[in-house]
Amino acid sequence: MIGMDEKLSFFKNGVRLDGRRPDELRPIKIEVGVLARADGSCYMEMGDNKVIAAVYGPREVHPRHLQEATRAIVRYRYNMASFSVEERKRPGPDRRSNEVSKVSREALEPVILTSYFPKSVVDVFVEVLQADAGTRTAGINAASVALADAGIPMKSLISSCAAGKVDGEIVLDPMKIEDNLGEADVPIAMTPNGDITLLQMDGRLTPEEFRKALTMAKAGCEQIYEIQRKVLVDRYSSMDEPESCDEVEGLSEEEI
Amino acid sequence: MDRMDRNVVVPGDLLSDDPKKAGEGTYVKDGKVCSLLYGMASSYKDKVRVIPLAGKYVPSPGDTVVGTVQDIVFSNWIVNINSPYEGLLHISELPRKIEMNEMSRYLRIGSSVMIRVKDVDSTMKVELTLNDRRLGILTRGRVAEISPTRVPRLIGKGGSMINMLKKELNCNIFVGQNGRIWVDGNDDDMDLALKTILIIEKEAHTTGLTDRILEFLRVEKEARS
Repeated sequence: MIGMDEKLSFFKNGVRLDGRRPDELRPIKIEVGVLARADGSCYMEMGDNKVIAAVYGPREVHPRHLQEATRAIVRYRYNMASFSVEERKRPGPDRRSNEVSKVSREALEPVILTSYFPKSVVDVFVEVLQADAGTRTAGINAASVALADAGIPMKSLISSCAAGKVDGEIVLDPMKIEDNLGEADVPIAMTPNGDITLLQMDGRLTPEEFRKALTMAKAGCEQIYEIQRKVLVDRYSSMDEPESCDEVEGLSEEEI
Repeated sequence: MDRMDRNVVVPGDLLSDDPKKAGEGTYVKDGKVCSLLYGMASSYKDKVRVIPLAGKYVPSPGDTVVGTVQDIVFSNWIVNINSPYEGLLHISELPRKIEMNEMSRYLRIGSSVMIRVKDVDSTMKVELTLNDRRLGILTRGRVAEISPTRVPRLIGKGGSMINMLKKELNCNIFVGQNGRIWVDGNDDDMDLALKTILIIEKEAHTTGLTDRILEFLRVEKEARS
């Protein structure tokens, strides 16, 4: 660890330890439809974060008492693999992952048209395979793409990313060392229109710094949105145009 | 940016500035038509609609589907119709009158049926009926399952695809709206039919599919003879 007398620096010649500018995202990789058993799925890397999201549903609700008569419920489970962090994580839900699950669910729920599927449930599972700060944002990004892949009606996709403060400066998408030793972390999630569905803050920021962090994180979300959209569109780019099909009627004349 | 006409769209994409054009799979916000789904946008009867690429079957009255009996309860059969909602077939919806203690003789757990959705209420209670000459219990043939969103493609424009398949494969094929397909014919024909159906499901979004499938069937049949 760094001693008190040592002046630690997160910047060298104006760039960060991994060579990024303060307002630069880590490299992002997204794959859609990676799981055959799930209705929708997505694998995502944001820097050294590796997450996989699986969506099931709409399907019947079990246990029954959770069912809502007029709308679908959304369940979101965020889980970290025991090997996702340096020191083995005790498997299973804990206080932190319960909280992350709740805020992530609330980040996605506003865009899902739950009224289309009364008495059903949409299950979202997010597994963190490797963590490097910002796993909840990576999870929300992956879950949003997986929901689209599952054919769930949504008003828009959701993009999410964080801004932080290190060495007195606001940076976009902090990596592990910046998050652990930095002064603040502000994860947000938003729609492409700029409506914010998640806003958290850990640490201390002045109002000006907070505004700057928010602007920066929003710009990051816009970049992520373009990647999410491109991945989904490119998946079917081999095709040109579908042959139009009539509405289905009168299927079989023969009897059994 | 107008992302319209036979393009892949994602939820939230702007489709049109004219709210009157809002069709299936879209919603209107601030006078603009946006996509609700990840799918293909197309114009249809001067509306813009989005055809999804994935999704579950939601029953609606009048649909003919292929179901499996899941359970028998007091004067009802509970039928799995490949949907988030289960179907209910009441004893009075059979073509002939039967007694309650005869129920399991007529339709056992596991039986497959070709069945019609009679009514769906707001609580998503799905009532089914067998009371039609074209409906009935499936005792022969095989059942395949594809994504319900691919059903229109399998049928084709004016039934072009399905009629071609029936003719070429010498099989009786019934496509349920819920994505379950019943095929009846001799074993070799059924093997080929199921293979073909899975190809159609996989390539549903490509052009000239009917012709390519026809070609595929010719080649396959040549190899067989």
